[in-house]
Amino acid sequence: MTHTTLILGATSAMAEQTARLLAADGDKLILAARDPERLEILAKDLKVRGASEIQVLPPFDASKADTFDALLDEAGEVDRVLIAYGSLPDQEALENDPAGIRREMCTNFGSVIDLSSRIATRMQAKGSGTLAVISSVAGLRGRQSNYIYGSAKGGVILFLQGLRNRLQPHGVRVITLLPGFVDTPMTADIEKGPLFASAAKAGACIHKAITRGKCDVVYVPGFWRFIMWIIRAIPEPIFKRLKL
Amino acid sequence: MLRMSTSTPASWGQLPKATHFCHPVHHRLAPLPSVESSMLPYGLGRSYGDSCLNDGENLLLTRGLDHWIAFDPESGILQCEAGVSLAEILEKVSPMGWFLSVTPGTRFVTVGGAIANDVHGKNHHKAGCFSTCVLDFELLRSDETRQLCSRSENQERFHATIGGLGLTGLITRATLQLKRIVSPLIASEQVRMRHLGDFFALADETHDTHEYCVAWLDGLASGTSLGSGIFIRGNHLEEPTDLTWKKKPMLPVPCNAPSWFLRKPFIKAFNYAYSHKLRGDRHQGREHFLPFFYPLDVADRWNRFYGKKGFFQYQCVVPRVGDGGPIREILEHISQSGQASFLNVLKVFGDLPPEGLLSFPRPGVTLAMDFPNRGPETLALMTRLDEIVMASGGALYPAKDARMRGEDFRTFTPNLDQFIPHIDPAFSSSFWRRMERGHSCPSG
Repeated sequence: MTHTTLILGATSAMAEQTARLLAADGDKLILAARDPERLEILAKDLKVRGASEIQVLPPFDASKADTFDALLDEAGEVDRVLIAYGSLPDQEALENDPAGIRREMCTNFGSVIDLSSRIATRMQAKGSGTLAVISSVAGLRGRQSNYIYGSAKGGVILFLQGLRNRLQPHGVRVITLLPGFVDTPMTADIEKGPLFASAAKAGACIHKAITRGKCDVVYVPGFWRFIMWIIRAIPEPIFKRLKL
Repeated sequence: MLRMSTSTPASWGQLPKATHFCHPVHHRLAPLPSVESSMLPYGLGRSYGDSCLNDGENLLLTRGLDHWIAFDPESGILQCEAGVSLAEILEKVSPMGWFLSVTPGTRFVTVGGAIANDVHGKNHHKAGCFSTCVLDFELLRSDETRQLCSRSENQERFHATIGGLGLTGLITRATLQLKRIVSPLIASEQVRMRHLGDFFALADETHDTHEYCVAWLDGLASGTSLGSGIFIRGNHLEEPTDLTWKKKPMLPVPCNAPSWFLRKPFIKAFNYAYSHKLRGDRHQGREHFLPFFYPLDVADRWNRFYGKKGFFQYQCVVPRVGDGGPIREILEHISQSGQASFLNVLKVFGDLPPEGLLSFPRPGVTLAMDFPNRGPETLALMTRLDEIVMASGGALYPAKDARMRGEDFRTFTPNLDQFIPHIDPAFSSSFWRRMERGHSCPSG
C-alpha cells in the first residue's frame, strides 16, 4: 500500500534524506518549504527516485500562522506528516537579544505546536495517521551552550508527550524524533567529531521510525539514548558546574 | 547554501598534505561563495596526487550536489547533478537495464570528477573516454554566468572543461547517454601471460572480440618472464538474466596501516598469490560487473593500507613499439630498482581522438603502478621513468600525479596554450600552481 506523506521543511537535510527513502517506497509526497527553487530541485529528484506522485505546496513560512489551515487544506488527505524545519541560532548572539529569543521560540516551538495541534485534530477526526516531529537531544537537558534552542525543542518534546497521550485512543501515532549531532548545512559551522552522523544515516533512522518502527520516542541515531541517559542522570549541583 | 568550515580533505595517495577552507555546496542554483583566494571543486577525492587539492585556499565540496534531475528509461538519457557518484548511477540504472558506457576502475568518483579528468576504463580501445557519454553539462563561473556546454553550444568551453582538472569553473549538472545491458553479468576470461610478448598478442587478438580488457602484471617478474601476469577480458553477457542485485557491505579500513605493513615482503606475497590464483592457462566464467570492474572497491579506503606516508601512483602512456620498446624499458628499470609496485596495470589505448584539450589517453600503451612513499629513492625511480616516457614521446596522467615537473607537463600537453584562456580566474589547484612553477609553463 502506498502512503501519502506531507513534509513540512522538506529541504532540510534530514527531511530530504527521509524523503528519498519514502520516494523509493513509491509513496506520494507532498512537500512544503520556504525556498521554491530548492523545492523544485527536490521534487524532480524524488520523482526519479520513484515517488508515485509529488505535490509541491506554495512557499511555506513558519512565522505566518494564518496560512497554516490553507496549507493543510491544500495538502488534502495525508496519512503521515513529518515536521522537519527548524533553525539553530547562535546562542551567544541571542543571550542579550530577547526579541531574537522570542523569534527563535516562535520558529522552533510556537509554530511547531500550532501546526501539530491542527494536524492532530484532523487525524483524530479521521481516526488514523502518523505525526512525526523532529525535536532534538538538546531538548533533554539545558546546557549553557545551547539552552535557547534546547528549551524550544524541550517544549516540543513535552507537547508531543501530551498529544500522544490524548491521541492514543484515536489510533493516531505521535513520534518524537531526537537527533543528536547530524552533519547538515545547519551544523556546517560546528567542528565535526566522532559523534556526528551523516544526514543519510539520520534519514534512514527517521524513515524506519515512520514506516516500521514501534517506538514513540526515537533517538537518531539510536546510541544517543545511552548518551542522554548519562547526561540526564548527572545531578544538577554537579551539572551546573560543567562546561557543556 | 554555502558556509565556511575547515576540515582536511585529502587526495587518494594521501600526499601531499594540504589544508583547506571548505565550502559544502548543496544547491546548484546558488552562487559561488565569495572568497579572497582561489577555489577548486572537490568530489570524492579519488585523484591520487594534488590535482584535487588547493593547499591553503578553498575547496568547493560537491558531494552535496547529489540530486537526480531526470531519467528516461526508454532512451537511457540521464540528467543529474555533478556530485552524484558513478556508484549511485549504477545502483539506480543497472536494474533497469542501463549501464555507463565508460567506467573507470573505481565507482566512487563523481560525475563532475569523471568529466574534469576525462577518465577512461577497460573499454578505451572501443569506446574512448568518459566524455563520449557526456551530452552536455552546466558550468558555473566566478563571474556568476552559467554556461550550458555541449558539442553544439559553447563548444570550446566544453572541450576545455573535459579533462580540465576542475579549473574552468564548477560543473553543476550533466546529461549522460547510458548504454543498454540485458544482464548485470560479465562473460569474463582470464588468460595467463608468460611475458610481455603474450600481452601484445592477447591485446591484438582481443581488440575486436572483447569490449573490455586489461592486464595485471606480476611486479616481481624479471628477465625472460618480464611482463608476465594475467590478461583479463570480458563482454556484457548477451543472454538476459535477472537485472536486480543486492549491495554488499564494503570491508572497512578504519585507519592507516602501520608503515611496515605494505613493505616488500607483503607486496611479494600478494603478487605471488595473485599470479598463482589462475589454475592452468585460462579461466572462463561469469561474474557480476562489480568485481569485474571494481575489484579494489571491495575495501572502503584501501589507500590506508599504505600508511600515513601515503603512496605515489605512476601512470604513463608511451607509444607502442613492436612487442616492447619503452614499456619494456620501464618494466626492466623497475625490476632492477628493487622497488616493487603493489599493483601494475597495463592496457593498450584505442586511437579514438580524445575530446578534451587536456585529456590524458592517446594511442599507445598505458601502465599504472602504485609505489609506497619511501622518500627520495621512490622519487628518483620515478624521475628516471620520466626520462623514458619523455624520450619516447609519451605522457603522464595529471589525475595520478604528485611530482611531475612543470616543463614536462608542458611537453605532455600540446594543447596547453589553447586551454589556458578557459581557466576561471578565481579557480586554481595545488597541481596547477606546481605546474606553473615549472619555469617554462606560462601562468594562467
